[in-house]
Amino acid sequence: MKIGVVVFPGSNCDHDTYHVLKHVCGQDARFVWHKDSDLSGMDAMVLPGGFSYGDYLRTGAIARFSPVMAAVGEFAKGGGPVLGICNGFQILQEAGLLPGAMLRNQGVKFLSQPVHIRVERDDTIATAGLEKGAVLTMPIAHGEGNFYAAPDEMARLEDEGQVVFRYTTRDGRLVADANVNGSASSVAGVCNRQRNVVGLMPHPERASEPELGSADGKRILDALVGSLVRA
Amino acid sequence: MAMARVYVTLKKSVFDPQGKTIHEALRSLGYASVADVRQGKFFEVVLDGLQGEEARRTAEEIARRVLANPVIESYRVELDQ
Repeated sequence: MKIGVVVFPGSNCDHDTYHVLKHVCGQDARFVWHKDSDLSGMDAMVLPGGFSYGDYLRTGAIARFSPVMAAVGEFAKGGGPVLGICNGFQILQEAGLLPGAMLRNQGVKFLSQPVHIRVERDDTIATAGLEKGAVLTMPIAHGEGNFYAAPDEMARLEDEGQVVFRYTTRDGRLVADANVNGSASSVAGVCNRQRNVVGLMPHPERASEPELGSADGKRILDALVGSLVRA
Repeated sequence: MAMARVYVTLKKSVFDPQGKTIHEALRSLGYASVADVRQGKFFEVVLDGLQGEEARRTAEEIARRVLANPVIESYRVELDQ
């Protein structure tokens, strides 16, 4: 499957994501420069982590105006699978393709540490085939990952099952200490209504080989590949 | 030439971790009267060839589309002619 990995100025997880998709998952991964707007032939798009445009103004606020983002919007509208990781998630929020916005972490500090996230939905392009309630371990690395949606919007997201991952303990319990950045409802990842656009703050590509301490992240990338095979 | 001053702040209902940290720092410095601190952003946008209503309309559009994220922030535009 042909999977595009978008490269913005300031992306820094693009090569890791490419490496895992290509050499670990065995897919035909391609870099897509942010000025490209032709996504023809792509089966899925991944927006990787990093600090696009130095995170100036707000995380993802300038990257969302890159030419590729209009194309990603069209691709998503047509049902194409789009996965945003960390800064990629923030860009998708700024572009209006995913709900909510990110505030500075509750404790103000940049957090770089492993977290446990619980799979809440098994009907999205990034979680199909995973069991609900499964707990995955992978790192986060962000200063602005404190998910916010206004209370009525948060209630709607819960009603419509758009919360895909939550921060929990290793055994899947929702406790305040596990919600390291203070996210509303412990949200670590969400999807759009159609479930073909998913964003998460943790980094699956940094936990896709046992040598890196966890291969749980590969299960998310495998799910993405699997959703393409079935499509 | 017109200059728009754009103030972007987190909505009142949105928790501001940076403002809270500054507030706590001020209290620890002995400023016991500080009841709250909210942090925001301030932009000076110089508009060439625009005046009056047109300048305001453009500045408002820039604030709404780019400078503020309406999910979490509100903005206020002041215009100097």
